[in-house]
Amino acid sequence: MKKWQDNKGWLFILPVFIIVAFSAIIPLMTVVNYSIQDIFGPGQRIFVGTEWYKEVLTDQRLHDALWRQLLFSGLVLLIEMPLGIAIALTMPTKKGLGSSVCLVLIALPLLIPWNVIGTIWIIFTRPDIGLMGALINDMGWSFDHTASGLHAWITLMLMEVWHWTPLVILLAYAGLRSIPEAYYQAARIDGASAWAIFRYIQLPKMRGVLTIALLLRFMDSFLIYAEPFVLTGGGPGNATTFLSIYLVKIAVGQFDLGPAGAFSLIYFLIVLLFCYLFYQVLLNVGKGESS
Amino acid sequence: MNLEWMAWTAPTAAFFSFIALMLVGMTIWEIKCPTIKRKGFLPIATTRGDRLFVGLLVSAYIHLAWIGLTDLAIWFALGIAVLWMGVVMRWG
Repeated sequence: MKKWQDNKGWLFILPVFIIVAFSAIIPLMTVVNYSIQDIFGPGQRIFVGTEWYKEVLTDQRLHDALWRQLLFSGLVLLIEMPLGIAIALTMPTKKGLGSSVCLVLIALPLLIPWNVIGTIWIIFTRPDIGLMGALINDMGWSFDHTASGLHAWITLMLMEVWHWTPLVILLAYAGLRSIPEAYYQAARIDGASAWAIFRYIQLPKMRGVLTIALLLRFMDSFLIYAEPFVLTGGGPGNATTFLSIYLVKIAVGQFDLGPAGAFSLIYFLIVLLFCYLFYQVLLNVGKGESS
Repeated sequence: MNLEWMAWTAPTAAFFSFIALMLVGMTIWEIKCPTIKRKGFLPIATTRGDRLFVGLLVSAYIHLAWIGLTDLAIWFALGIAVLWMGVVMRWG
């Protein structure tokens, strides 16, 4: 009887398997199939082996896009993670109107569709009518994200930090709220400083949610497409052409499904590797400290 | 059901069949003889499934490095990857 009850549990997760199969595994298998063929149309294809992989791996534009992407994701994590934790630490901890208002205001950027975010920031940073763009230009600094690569990067970083730091804040805040009051009482009795409380109580207790925040932010920033596409279209020049934008140019712009398939798989493997490394590092960091 | 849009080829069908068989084999192995986490030459304690994942991921990178850096046949990379899989599963 017990065995039957255990096995019945599989039926409940069967729908998830079916959904994942249709949404992820079948498309992934198709991409693998495309990556070793030259696809001309339905039923018209030639087997090319590893040719597309060779072409993609030796493509200088892909290398440039990869370095840009790594720099972008690195900066995003370096800014958003500490900033998110710092803001979460300053938020009201007691239940009430203050914390509710804070949470709603902080969550607002997360509710805006991604392509709308890009449009908002195009208008916001326009040197003629945009609040930020016009203000900076009035201060004597010629700011135009459509003409300067550096300005495009600054605008993108500001947009990304504004859009996604709230996620880190909400997760860090949830982690902080889950710490029992007894820990703080014990720390007060021991005369612990604010830094000691943060280092030895709050940070270890937030490790789980911060792992999730780090993984989500890395994956999202590494796969970013809509916001930079709307804001800069990958320009000026190729200054903000990230991997996803370059991939879409190959797959949709040039309709080269073979190279796009090979590119996608390499992209997937890079994301998989980084996520696994982050996950392992965060899972194991600080283990044994308490003993 | 017409699966022409998936553009199947014999090598990719063989590849995915092998992966599926490997997962089924690992599942049966796990049921028959549950894994125990252990520490080998990898810097983390791993289960059998962890070692398979690490082995497959590194194998994929071995193939990519081979394609990107050399003009030699891909079969050499496959040989190195098989060797690596054996090493990581046994001593990883």
